[in-house]
Amino acid sequence: MTERPLSPHLSVYRMRRYTLLTSITNRATGLVLSAGLILLVYWLVAVASGESAYRGARHVLSLGVLKAVYVILLATFSYHLIAGIRHLIWDSGAGLERAQAKRSAAVVAVASLLLLAGLAWWALHGGGRAP
Amino acid sequence: MILRSPLAQVLGRGSAKEGVHHWWVQRLTSVALVPLTVWFVVSILSLPSLDHATVAAWMGQLWTAVFLILLVLTAAWHSQLGVRVVVEDYVHGSGARALTLALVTFFHVVVAVAGVLAILKVALGGAA
Repeated sequence: MTERPLSPHLSVYRMRRYTLLTSITNRATGLVLSAGLILLVYWLVAVASGESAYRGARHVLSLGVLKAVYVILLATFSYHLIAGIRHLIWDSGAGLERAQAKRSAAVVAVASLLLLAGLAWWALHGGGRAP
Repeated sequence: MILRSPLAQVLGRGSAKEGVHHWWVQRLTSVALVPLTVWFVVSILSLPSLDHATVAAWMGQLWTAVFLILLVLTAAWHSQLGVRVVVEDYVHGSGARALTLALVTFFHVVVAVAGVLAILKVALGGAA
């Protein structure tokens, strides 16, 4: 019983495969978004704590380091959203053939990059807000 | 020498028929999160300013509060299911795994309760 195989059994995978890359990226972006949820709730609590508390939180949230975090969150959101929709389509039983899966992996990569570019452009040119 | 019967050794090792529920709720929350997260990102990027008055007024609108609460609850639930699978895959040893899973669950409950209460406080007019 102690010799049961344990995941991750990395040695059995062929690395740099689109199947492995899209899967592990979906998982990694999901973990990043879980961390982003903390940031969201921190912001919501700051709003509820009143104007002066919010001003202090906004100072923290405007730090240069966090601006990089927002870019990462936008990127991970874009990927996880598009890849998640791909998973939902798979769950319906469609698109599971190897050629289709290979094509949809490319679609996910391109679409999530386009979504990120669109969101980033909007965030930068959407009226000159500073977070 | 193993004193346990062959049946006792396999009981609890196989499918406990709980996987379907986990799988289904993860799909249900992901379907809900598609419109909720898109709505949230569009709303935040559409706000004219992120100062307290603007954000509090936005959060105070009934449907904003409804969607924000749904977003926080659904995201926390979906996140809990996802992180749980990652822990189950990568944290070995039943003690360490049980402890990590307990912490993951507590953490998500705290995040969900804090988020919902913050939204309700603003929506019900408690933000000074």
